[in-house]
Amino acid sequence: MHFLEAIRLALQTIRAQKLKSVFSAIGVFIGVTFLIGAWSIVNGMNRYMTEKFAGTLVGVNTFHLRRSPNVTFDVEDSVWRAWRRRPRIKFADATAVTLGLTVPTVTAWYSEGRGSVEYNGKVAKDITLEGATERYFDIMNLKIADGRAFTPQESKAGTTVVVLGYDLAQKLFPDVNPVGHSVRIHGLPYRVIGVVERQGNLLGISLDKFVVAPALSPIQRDVNPPGVVDALIVKANSEPEMREAMDQTEAVMRSRRHLRPRQDDNFAMETSEGVLDFWKKLSRILYAVGPGLVGIALVVGGIVIMNIMLMAVAERTREIGIRKSLGARRRDILRQFLAEATALATVGASLGIVTGIALSMLLQALSPLPASVSPFSIVLGVVVGGGVGIVAGVYPASRAARLDPIAALRQE
Amino acid sequence: MTALQSFRTGDTPLPDIVILTHKLARDYDMGGEVVRALRGVSLQIRKNEYVAVMGPSGSGKSTLMNLVGCLDTPTAGEYWLNGQKVSDLSDDALARIRNKEIGFVFQTFNLLPRATALHNVELPLIYAGLPARERREHAARALTSVGLGDRMDHRPNELSGGQRQRVAIARALVNAPSILLADEPTGNLDSATSAELMQVFGDLHRQGQTIVMVTHEHDIAAHAARVVTLRDGVIATDQLQAA
Repeated sequence: MHFLEAIRLALQTIRAQKLKSVFSAIGVFIGVTFLIGAWSIVNGMNRYMTEKFAGTLVGVNTFHLRRSPNVTFDVEDSVWRAWRRRPRIKFADATAVTLGLTVPTVTAWYSEGRGSVEYNGKVAKDITLEGATERYFDIMNLKIADGRAFTPQESKAGTTVVVLGYDLAQKLFPDVNPVGHSVRIHGLPYRVIGVVERQGNLLGISLDKFVVAPALSPIQRDVNPPGVVDALIVKANSEPEMREAMDQTEAVMRSRRHLRPRQDDNFAMETSEGVLDFWKKLSRILYAVGPGLVGIALVVGGIVIMNIMLMAVAERTREIGIRKSLGARRRDILRQFLAEATALATVGASLGIVTGIALSMLLQALSPLPASVSPFSIVLGVVVGGGVGIVAGVYPASRAARLDPIAALRQE
Repeated sequence: MTALQSFRTGDTPLPDIVILTHKLARDYDMGGEVVRALRGVSLQIRKNEYVAVMGPSGSGKSTLMNLVGCLDTPTAGEYWLNGQKVSDLSDDALARIRNKEIGFVFQTFNLLPRATALHNVELPLIYAGLPARERREHAARALTSVGLGDRMDHRPNELSGGQRQRVAIARALVNAPSILLADEPTGNLDSATSAELMQVFGDLHRQGQTIVMVTHEHDIAAHAARVVTLRDGVIATDQLQAA
């Protein structure tokens, strides 16, 4: 029997057995859809962690001088308590370190708190309040969408001006340009001079609900005790220069704190590498769970497909018997079922690809999960989903085709 | 006919012997218990014979038919078809014999339920490797010859029992096989339709077709020229009768 004949026969059968064919195709479809969807979540998380998260929190070739590490994982209580007893970083420390650095760097310091921002009776609650120096925008890569950032003069003078995050600006000023208007932060008026470009969100938390005001402005009272900063940020041009800047910073801080050689640092310097380390630890767990879930889904999907196909073939053992009694060879039967299963798997897999991509786009749009479709997952989905469909269709048929025709005919 | 029973293992059948079985046996394993359905049947059938195989149920007549039709494989013994020893052929070679040499008519018709009469008759031609157009012509001619020229696009469930059996006969004959085998062909038909079918078989026999038919009805067996009776898996009687 010619192969074209097998395809024609397969299409005839598919048309004749619409319901069963639809179910078989649905089996493959679900398998492929789920695989692409699940994979896109794991893939999206992974890309997110490596590309965006660490960079967003710390930045490249940048380190933060803090009392204690900001991003931590599995810290013991005693260590935590020791960190809490350390002295805070002061304006004076930050200034001294900045002056003590001999490598080219950009520095800024900032303090962070939470509070509400008010405009014209509208109140935005739970807003991140930042008191920062003027280079904060450059270092944190906050681009100004509208208006301007504050100047060194405004920073030094502690002028009551403020730059808004995108979401906050949208919320308080849905209709008008906020630049030039005055918002109240904890009762005190600040003039809006700029709006930062949209940052998006990090694992579902908006990065656009913040205000930045000069560190020396009254906002300091809302975020830290007088003269205290959360962190000094130092951004170097290259990795070796950053290392050198870290050494210099350590030296300045140790001498300011009068630490003896055998005493440990009572401050912390955090790099994006450190943050990535944290993520590596966390992602190890995610990676153990993620593929496990995908694996379970695949097994379940595979069993479903296999069962549907097994049923379809079992019911057709008699047909196989008839065909064999009329002179069909084993390979004729195999070809017929292979063509049939392949056609159904192709339809199911194509629909599965489209739906899988749509599903992950929907996930990305509607949920905080950073789903991202990888071409590999499509290949994997088609190979696994389609493969299971084809094997499930052909294997039982090949067993039935091995029977003597009369044995196949007797089975009902 | 008894003169032919001198066949021994190692011999080759005479040229005009279409079917020769030598001590043919078939055991079935029914869950640990071995049922000996055939216990050594030696039978020779000449070209253009019309043979009825009779016997009570369980006598092994259907088993013999399935072995002769290459639908089943014997446990022991030899089977020669047209001078070719079939009992040790490969699976593919057997498929070819079923396709070219044997036309089988079943009691339950065994038509594909979702295919049209035409497609059902086409099946043996598909496996014979005929191109589509030729196939359709052949199948249409075969259906017309059994009087179903106007029912080609009907599915089996749109046909009467007698019509279905005629589709099955058209399918059995479409490849011009050397033997026509029928297992209780009238088993599911009323007596009027049975009589019609016997008419068809009679015509085919007159045209030179070799026919072997299993039946347990004496009036059906009466149409055949030779009656072989089986009992407990062996041949009890083998007689010629006046047509």
